[in-house]
Amino acid sequence: MLTAVYVMLGLALVLGVLLGYSALKFKVAGDPLVARIDAILPQTQCGQCGFPGCKPYATAIAAGEADINQCPPGGDAGARALADLMGMEYKPLNAEHGLPKPKSVALIDENTCIGCTLCIQACPVDAILGAAKHMHTIIASECTGCELCLAPCPVDCITMEPIAESPDNWKWRYPVFEIKPASPASSSQTGKRH
Amino acid sequence: MSSLLNIVKQNFGSRTIAVNGGVHPPEHKQESTKQPIGHLALPKRLVLPLRQHVGNLPKVLVNVGDKVLKGQLLAEAEGNISAAIHAPTSGTVVAIEDALIPHPSGLPDHCITIDVDGKDEWIAHCSTDWRKQDKTQLLESLRDSGIVGLGGAAFPTQVKLRTNAKSHVDTLVINAAECEPYITCDDMLMRERADQILKGVEIAQHLLGAKQCLIGIEDNKPEAAEAMRLACLNSPLAKLVTLKVVVVPTQYPSGDARQLIRLLTGIEVPADKRSTDVGLQCFNVATLLALHRYFDFGEPSLSRIVTITGNVKTPANFEVLFGTPVTELVKAGGGVLADTDDYIMGGPMMGFSLPSIDVPITKAANCIIASAPNLFAPAPPAMPCIRCARCADVCPVSLQPQELYWFSKSSNLEKARDYNLFDCIECGCCTYACPSNIPLVQYYRFAKSEIIAQDRAKEAADLARERNEFRLMRIEREKQERAEKHAQKAVGAKAEVAKPEVGSTIEAIDDAAMAAKKAAIAAAIERAKAQKATTTPQNVSDTKPTVEAEIAEINARREAAKQAVNKQAGDNIGSKQDEK
Repeated sequence: MLTAVYVMLGLALVLGVLLGYSALKFKVAGDPLVARIDAILPQTQCGQCGFPGCKPYATAIAAGEADINQCPPGGDAGARALADLMGMEYKPLNAEHGLPKPKSVALIDENTCIGCTLCIQACPVDAILGAAKHMHTIIASECTGCELCLAPCPVDCITMEPIAESPDNWKWRYPVFEIKPASPASSSQTGKRH
Repeated sequence: MSSLLNIVKQNFGSRTIAVNGGVHPPEHKQESTKQPIGHLALPKRLVLPLRQHVGNLPKVLVNVGDKVLKGQLLAEAEGNISAAIHAPTSGTVVAIEDALIPHPSGLPDHCITIDVDGKDEWIAHCSTDWRKQDKTQLLESLRDSGIVGLGGAAFPTQVKLRTNAKSHVDTLVINAAECEPYITCDDMLMRERADQILKGVEIAQHLLGAKQCLIGIEDNKPEAAEAMRLACLNSPLAKLVTLKVVVVPTQYPSGDARQLIRLLTGIEVPADKRSTDVGLQCFNVATLLALHRYFDFGEPSLSRIVTITGNVKTPANFEVLFGTPVTELVKAGGGVLADTDDYIMGGPMMGFSLPSIDVPITKAANCIIASAPNLFAPAPPAMPCIRCARCADVCPVSLQPQELYWFSKSSNLEKARDYNLFDCIECGCCTYACPSNIPLVQYYRFAKSEIIAQDRAKEAADLARERNEFRLMRIEREKQERAEKHAQKAVGAKAEVAKPEVGSTIEAIDDAAMAAKKAAIAAAIERAKAQKATTTPQNVSDTKPTVEAEIAEINARREAAKQAVNKQAGDNIGSKQDEK
């Protein structure tokens, strides 16, 4: 009887020490859930969700303070992925926070730019190059298309240019079959050539 | 016992490895091999797309209006994987702008347009003694050759010829299989220029240090195989290394590099490795010929052999300058028959429809097929998949096309990737074999480009996250720095108030220094005045009275002007002070 108690006590002691040690040793810094949500978000840093960037929004979702459908750049697919991750019901995007737009990059009209540096201060990813009283320019490969530089510009010299399709970023289309009248052989069908 | 051994030898000894799966569509190769390789007349205009190869776009070196000579470098290779572009003939650069290129997207891309002057004037060029020169130098010069794989993949050749400690090449596989129906450009090239190809083989062997060269030819090209065998016998290379022509059975896609390597050597290159990792390298015959032209004559890659076949009057092969419009080639093929409805670049299995017949011939263009409903009947409507697994039987890379189709169709991209979608070589065997006429390869291409786009977006997002985090960190750091500076200033001000005597001594020192300076200045002024008084003009001793009067007048005027200026300056200062 007593042996059994000692064994149990001993086990509890050993396991307790082990657990306590591993809790210290393998401590996870930060909330892993926030990082996982942040990985799904498109990192546009546009603030359309009502939070100052993607990470704050991710933190708010993890804390249950924000809904999963407030990110227009993430689109429908993003909302679905978030719903999947959070184990929630999918919700269509909330139109209050804006609608998804084609991906674009900012373009500065260099003739109009006065070099005020206001856009540089607004850019969340430091994608604008320039100095006071010198012309500014966008580093297109780094621009997320967040549109945060549009509002501060005093001379409205920044426009958003949608990224055009080129042979470089062109994608093969999903095969779609047109339904046509049966009589004349169509010329545009290219599915099978034998 | 010996008879048993013989049976074993007969069945297994001679390595008769068959292609995994594969299909055998009607060959249609006879039509275009009746005539020797023809030459096209110089076209009026050449359009050279910058995107003719796999890798980075080259950097343009010419401007609009420049006169260029044949073989002149127009754009140089940029980065590791890239290829240069040269002027195929002499003329004037008339445009560097977007133009329609032969690409399945049908979208325009950067092109250099040359107005041909008809003189066909060469730039200075000379051969290289590649046997004696340093290999690294040869490889470096190959960057400016513009040579890419002419079998259709258009991968820069200089990258494939580089060897390092990790990848040692023992066997050079020469791809002359030309397995796709209709295409005969390599066949005709071997028939007519086998010895030149062998010279290219020598160069590749020298650069790679291979001990064995195997030339793989399908058995539907007996003339080409014979010509290559003869050239091998005459080649000096035969004495140095094993040089062999291996005839393989005609089965599409035996011309795929990995398939041919397996056929010739029995080695299966692992999916996640390159052929050089297992000591093999594979080159197309036309690429080797281009190598020979470059090192033995100094000629960069300017033209290639292209088959024009299908629904044309006289199907044949032509040596075509890069940039020549497809229309010229079609004309050379005797023009098209009336019912032509489409043009295909490449073969019928892997080729794509051209967006327009005016697009130029590029380095990757091995064949142009004029298509007509009687040659390629439009596919009947696709029926549901019946899971017969015929596609799996014919798949040369042993994938499960029916599963990939299922995942691609439902956009289940992660799953498609798990089923090794990216090992698919898009050969089209599955589409060919499918009894339900499902365009399987189209689904795989869709899924592949969708996955690639997703990966790119993910990369961009990671970059944006990193930059955003850095920015926040920087703002925080700047804030702290500013706070520290303010704190230091406050401490400094306090210190000044606390120690006035130190400040006063400094002031005293300053005053003394100023006084000394002022005294020095005053002394200098005095000296200058004294000097002025003693010196007199040298040329005024014997002047006429009239001249003297004139001088006096001028002096008076100068004095008056000086006074006026002084007065004005004084007024200005006064008015400014008033304003203040």
